[in-house]
Amino acid sequence: MATNNRYDAIVIGSGISGGWAAKELTQKGLKTIMLERGRDVKHVEDYPAATKHPWEFPHRGGRTQQMIADYPVLSRDYPLNEKNLDFWVTEKDSPYREVKRFDWYRGYHVGGRSLMWGRQSYRLGDLDFEANVKDEHGVDWPIRYKDIAPWYNYAEKWAGISGNRDGLDVLPDGEYLPPMPMNVVEKDLADRIKKHYGGKRHFIIGRVANLSVPHEGRINCQFQNQCWLGCNFGAYFSTQSSTLPAAMATNNLTLRPFSIVTRILYDKDTKRATGVEIVDAETHQTYEYFAKVVFVCASAFNSTWVLMNSATDVWEGGLGSSSGELGHNAMDHHFRCGARGRIEGYKDRYYYGRRPTGLYIPRFRNVGDDHRPYVRGFGYQGAATRGRWSGEVAEMSIGGAWKDALCEPGDWSVGFTAFGEILPYHENRIFLDHDMRDKWGLPVLAMDMEIKANERAMRKDMVQDCEAMLDAAGVKDVEGYDRGYEFGMGIHEMGTARMGRSPKSSVLNAYNQVWDALNVFVTDGACMTSGGCVNPSLTYMALTARAVDFAVGELKKGNL
Amino acid sequence: MGTELRLMRTPGMMTRREALACVGWILGSAVVGGHLFMTGCTRRRTPRVDDLFESSTMDLLGDVADTILPPTYTPGAKEAGVGAFIPVMVRDCYDEKHQVVFVDGMDALQRASRDRYGREFQQLTADERTALLAPIDKEAKAYQLTKETTDADHYFHLFKQLTLLGYFTSEIGATKALRYVQIPGRYDGDYPYQKGDRAWAL
Repeated sequence: MATNNRYDAIVIGSGISGGWAAKELTQKGLKTIMLERGRDVKHVEDYPAATKHPWEFPHRGGRTQQMIADYPVLSRDYPLNEKNLDFWVTEKDSPYREVKRFDWYRGYHVGGRSLMWGRQSYRLGDLDFEANVKDEHGVDWPIRYKDIAPWYNYAEKWAGISGNRDGLDVLPDGEYLPPMPMNVVEKDLADRIKKHYGGKRHFIIGRVANLSVPHEGRINCQFQNQCWLGCNFGAYFSTQSSTLPAAMATNNLTLRPFSIVTRILYDKDTKRATGVEIVDAETHQTYEYFAKVVFVCASAFNSTWVLMNSATDVWEGGLGSSSGELGHNAMDHHFRCGARGRIEGYKDRYYYGRRPTGLYIPRFRNVGDDHRPYVRGFGYQGAATRGRWSGEVAEMSIGGAWKDALCEPGDWSVGFTAFGEILPYHENRIFLDHDMRDKWGLPVLAMDMEIKANERAMRKDMVQDCEAMLDAAGVKDVEGYDRGYEFGMGIHEMGTARMGRSPKSSVLNAYNQVWDALNVFVTDGACMTSGGCVNPSLTYMALTARAVDFAVGELKKGNL
Repeated sequence: MGTELRLMRTPGMMTRREALACVGWILGSAVVGGHLFMTGCTRRRTPRVDDLFESSTMDLLGDVADTILPPTYTPGAKEAGVGAFIPVMVRDCYDEKHQVVFVDGMDALQRASRDRYGREFQQLTADERTALLAPIDKEAKAYQLTKETTDADHYFHLFKQLTLLGYFTSEIGATKALRYVQIPGRYDGDYPYQKGDRAWAL
């Protein structure tokens, strides 16, 4: 066995969670290999679209018939566009089966979806960590807010989150860089909401992983708002801008692109993983790598795929399946509904710059003495903007007067979209389909999940509450909308290898260790015991850093 | 993830169908051609689409676009290169059904010109061109509002949609008709505006 196949730690995946695992492990002195199934994407030099003008794209960012044919899943919603096509998975190489419709938006390359993520960064609180045990859905989280709070601090301080400390019960504050400002209309709306609801509902500025000031050697945000193309300033958090250079600086990291992990190698005598097997995506050659600990950060459902493919000679359902919960309790956030309306006045006000965040309205349903005919809740994200094509203009016919009118901004408007929690239903699951194979001959995932009565009841409030709030804030022509939701569209896949208090009912323990192989840690979305209603990535950062700290401590004690 | 992208690309309230249709392209959520995938057809190209790339045809398209968005105190659509942009979009982004609608629409437009003025479109004066297209625009608007969602769009709706997209995302449209700052560098949420100031291109 070649010695260059032996490391202290293996990290599977290079997205938000994998990048954090690599940074923490290498900074603690562990020789680490990070395995990424896709191609390398180098910071700045591999962001070809970031410096292009709109007119340099032949279809101006639109989608061609060829793209629609090549990306049947991506084309179902907004992500398919000409500008960052290279950041999305080649669908024909990596199919999956939809027992029920599931929209899976994947980024198979170094950095993963950290390059295209929404960057909204909120903490879960005890409202979330206690939810399962209180309303008896799923199992209890094995941790509480106090366990993760210091790690949120740690993650935020490094990643650089701009935000305001709003002092709200429902949404814990963090360690923030200065907030981005609300615009003039948003400030007035926030004041009116505060007055109308007696301080019980809150319009706050979005907390976002974009730097409002220079931070850790990175340049602050230049307000281009095209983060999904990659940022040449490194002004938003991504693996490339933040965790990867930190890990590389230790000289302890080896990054291996084109490395599809096919299984974790498991020793049933020691009950530990010994390493992983990979197939090289380009050569189709198989290799093995060995290490003391393995961090599985392959994105929620692919992390579970790796577990399901591992140690099948011991457990038919794979590593971590002894509880019967591996692959179950899949979650996302349901959304695409809310309300919008027109703002009167402010004709002499506009804005300069393109702010890469909006407003946030934290959860207020089923909080305190509020009780609804469903459990859990939702938050809203939105913004007030000045549109381009106004109603009056659309009534004009073709010609010069119409053209000149089109060149001026129209009325102000405001719109919000709700993001709601989906309960962890055991029957919402993924499993291996051995009859369908990907380009490398590997079995693919089958998706079998749906929202149920609780979510459908919640969606009514998600529309009506928004209409009522906008009405209360003096917004005109308020119009609720529900454009429908399909599982996966939130691009917040969570669950399928949940944390818990017992090996009988969960896959991972309180430190993200697989109960059945304690030197295997799963720290991405797969570990989530419940989903909350806030964007989840910050939680993965915190859980990953916490798990690495624990793992290294255990290694030092000789426990792993 | 994706939230902010979704959020910032939400067009806010668009009170007119037409506005939605225009913005749809820019949002990458255009429905034109979307059903091709839904029905699982394989793609075939209408051969006549290649004719759109003839220089005389692109010149004609430029003149049609220039009638929709003529030169005023800012340059018109022809100068902005819309005539060359349209064939690319029809070839690459339209499904076969809308390719046919588009090229048939070119014929319909010339027929209307001959019927009314006894001359081809490009032989008309600027006023005659506008007078010819205005009622067609009205007809297209009425059609778009009443048609079934599975029906093809009106050809003039397509002309206008591509003209608007091509113009306002062109270098001339973005920088001269609108204001374009590639790297704003800062955000000011209370920026003064005077009637007549142009909108931001992005």
